[in-house]
Amino acid sequence: MKRHGIAFKLALLILSCAFIIVAVIMGYNYYYSRGIILQQAQTNAKSVAHETTSRIDSVLSGVQKVANNIALSMEDASLTKEDILELNKRVLANNPEIYGMAIAFEPYFLESDKLYFAPYHYRSGGRIGFSMLGDPAYRYFYMDWYQVPKELERAVWTEPYNDEGGGNIIMATYTVPFYRTMDGKKVFAGVVTADISLEWLEDMISDIKLFKTGYAFLLSRHGTFITHPTRDYIMNETIFSLAEELGSSQLREIGRKMVEGDRGFTQLDKTRGAEDRYLYYTGLEYGGWALGVLFPKGEMLADVHRLSWIMGLIGLCGFFVLALVIIYIARRITHPLTELSSAALEIASGNLDLKLPEITSRDEVGDLAESFRVMNTSLKTYIENLTSTTAAKERIESELRIAREIQMGILPKLFPAFPEREEFEVYASIEPAKEVGGDLYDFFFIDDTHFCFLVGDVSGKGVPAAFFMAVTKTLLKVVSERGMDPGDIITKVNGDLAAENESCMFVTLFLAIIDIETGETRYANAGHNPPIFMPCGGTPKWIPPFGEPVAGIMDMMEYSTKTMTMAPGDIMFIYTDGVTEAMNQEQKLYSDERLMELLTNMKEPFAPKVVKAIDESIKVFAEGAEQSDDITMLAMQFMGKCDKK
Amino acid sequence: MSHLKHITLLLLLSLCSMLAPANANALERTSIVLQWLPQAQFAGIYMAQDMGFYEEAGIDLTILSGGPDILASEYLESGKAEFATLFLTTGLHRRATLPIVNIGQFVQHSSLMLITRKDSEIKRLEDLGGKKVGLWANEFQIQARILFKKKGLKVSVVPQSDSLDLFLRGGVAAASGMWYNEYHTLLSYGMEESELQPFFYSDYGLDFPEDGIYCLEKVADEKPELCRALVEATARGWMYAFNHTEETIDSVIRRMKEAKVPANRAHQRWMLKRMEDLIISDDYAVMGALHPNDYQRVRTALMDHGFIDSAPLFPDFYRGPR
Repeated sequence: MKRHGIAFKLALLILSCAFIIVAVIMGYNYYYSRGIILQQAQTNAKSVAHETTSRIDSVLSGVQKVANNIALSMEDASLTKEDILELNKRVLANNPEIYGMAIAFEPYFLESDKLYFAPYHYRSGGRIGFSMLGDPAYRYFYMDWYQVPKELERAVWTEPYNDEGGGNIIMATYTVPFYRTMDGKKVFAGVVTADISLEWLEDMISDIKLFKTGYAFLLSRHGTFITHPTRDYIMNETIFSLAEELGSSQLREIGRKMVEGDRGFTQLDKTRGAEDRYLYYTGLEYGGWALGVLFPKGEMLADVHRLSWIMGLIGLCGFFVLALVIIYIARRITHPLTELSSAALEIASGNLDLKLPEITSRDEVGDLAESFRVMNTSLKTYIENLTSTTAAKERIESELRIAREIQMGILPKLFPAFPEREEFEVYASIEPAKEVGGDLYDFFFIDDTHFCFLVGDVSGKGVPAAFFMAVTKTLLKVVSERGMDPGDIITKVNGDLAAENESCMFVTLFLAIIDIETGETRYANAGHNPPIFMPCGGTPKWIPPFGEPVAGIMDMMEYSTKTMTMAPGDIMFIYTDGVTEAMNQEQKLYSDERLMELLTNMKEPFAPKVVKAIDESIKVFAEGAEQSDDITMLAMQFMGKCDKK
Repeated sequence: MSHLKHITLLLLLSLCSMLAPANANALERTSIVLQWLPQAQFAGIYMAQDMGFYEEAGIDLTILSGGPDILASEYLESGKAEFATLFLTTGLHRRATLPIVNIGQFVQHSSLMLITRKDSEIKRLEDLGGKKVGLWANEFQIQARILFKKKGLKVSVVPQSDSLDLFLRGGVAAASGMWYNEYHTLLSYGMEESELQPFFYSDYGLDFPEDGIYCLEKVADEKPELCRALVEATARGWMYAFNHTEETIDSVIRRMKEAKVPANRAHQRWMLKRMEDLIISDDYAVMGALHPNDYQRVRTALMDHGFIDSAPLFPDFYRGPR
């Protein structure tokens, strides 16, 4: 994985957060302002549409009133032809919004010999023209403006039509049926029509501009375009034929709603590369017409887009400024850290005298630098101390080693110790522990026939124990005189040791003197663990202790002596607790039983062999565990004729 | 330009001299009047003219448009036009008073229909009894009257104008329409096909062939080559129109605009497609031919129901391709 610094991580994290926040704000702002704009546009479109429809409706309603009134007056049967013509003309003159007006009667209604009677007054070049409608080529009874109100028995607005005579003006006709009572029956008599030009409508609706290119259009009852900015659509296309041509089922659906007079606001599907557009539509009150107001979404949202752009730009600038600030701050933090880090490495490599980087900032980094300084100083002091301590320790250790060597040097180490003597064989070994211990052994002739041998163990460890051991050994050697019992020797040594024993050290001792001619052996035991007597060819056994205490504590203590006789080949084996308390890796003791078992099973025991075998056995048992105490063994074998079984 | 004209003329002359050595001098000027205002109903004739098929056939054809005030048969009678397109029923009807012959039959089936609204109480044709039915005048009423007579229906006939306003406003229970025209007009007024219940006369044994080309018997006798060339070029025109829909619609729309007739492409596309359905017939190998059985069916129906007292036999009436 690539390693990134704090500055990078910090910048990444904060900038990501900042980016998300800015994006969310912008997104929400866009969404929200879009909603507002859309709503405003909708309201605007609505009000424009309703204003327009009410203006159109008011014109249509005015025309309707006039035509309705004339139709009502036509029900008066007393009207003469001249009255009708006069009325027709006068009404047209007084109602400038009406383009032309006809009063058309049923065939043969007014005069039984006349098929047609339909006076028509119309505007023509600022004057009022007149003609009578109806001839074989223009049988008005079959015209929509006549037939539809007749069949439906109500007033209607016809579908707008192109007036071919009047310069291709689009016209719409309001036509009202009227009835007369004949023979007590109400019969259909004819229709009154009022034509209006839809030119003004076109002007009015083409004035409607929403945003840049938004526009309005008017649909007839059947969906035909009455007005539309694309003039080619007018009277040619219906919204449905346009939908078919564009393949837009949505437009067709909208068309259905529009001709049904519904109101609605909808977004148009994209057709043929046109941009997204919104349409508001509403039906008119009269004529069955519908007005649609259409405007492009893009233009409507142009302000929102601009706002979003500017916000985005500001956000981006802020983003960069933020990035710079973060990088600056991160650098300020990490620069001293980097310096400290390399200084620490330098210190770690041992250069404690390195001058730490000068960091004065009063913050956590400053604290860290200060800690570093303190650490460096402490480290320096500590190492100085350590150096001197180590030197002192090394000196002491070397002195101790020398002391140890001296201590060991006072023990007899040369075997066979008495090669010229065949009466006995003595063998001893000491395996010193790492720490200086206080085990001792010794053997020497008191006179020509008496041989003294002993094993002791000074309490404690270290230099005091070593000294105490040396003192004990010297005392023992000095005290042992011809004719003295082992108990007397220990009593005397005990007295000397205890006299000035401030530190309350003590020593266990087993001391024996053998007459090498008879094998008579006298021995004393001062708290030492019992030695083992191995009769030649017999079973080894413990030499029971007397229960007398260790030497060096009580100066008035009297130690007793016991006597036993060793037959030729018998061995006395003396040892310290370092043997039985040797531990292996699992902290188990070597134990008395193991020692006894080993000795019992030994064939043809011989003093040096016994010691070496036990030493070996202990090493095997210990499995390399560190030795905690001196291991001292001494085997004394009395020689002579041995009757082996 | 004048060079080109000369070359074309020379080419045409040489072509004519091969085809008709007697009239080797120039294109023969003639005219045809159509039953109605320009629309895709006559697309074949327009395309034959646009593509120069008539000129290639040695004809300099003037096309006259009909309309509500113009009766094509009257133009034949008065000599305002040498040829006219007429329904077969119209042709047979006029034959009683005017010696005209059919020189080519293009529309092989009847597209005339009655249209009712599905949401009205008219579920079957029989439900029209006592109801107001919008019918056009003259020959458009023949099939309707035969059908009502056959079904024993008494309907109240309302003369239908050229708009569908009355039907759309519920003033009549049924309106007349041509499948290629009014039916789609209703669709383009927002009606759904699922809302309309059409009754085709052709489904009631009244499958009368419609548009054919007619002329006075005298013309057919004197200029058989001209008649033949006219029909052949017209057939080529139709084939071209069916294979070049958009170009054809362009041409039709242009003519409609020139005639100041409301026009939109969707409607004309529908009409052209339907004309293809009506003209391309599996039953006849040759386009433009009138089948004796069809003729006999119409003739018998008209005579049986007293629309005409007598009618010529097929060979006397029909001079077109076989």
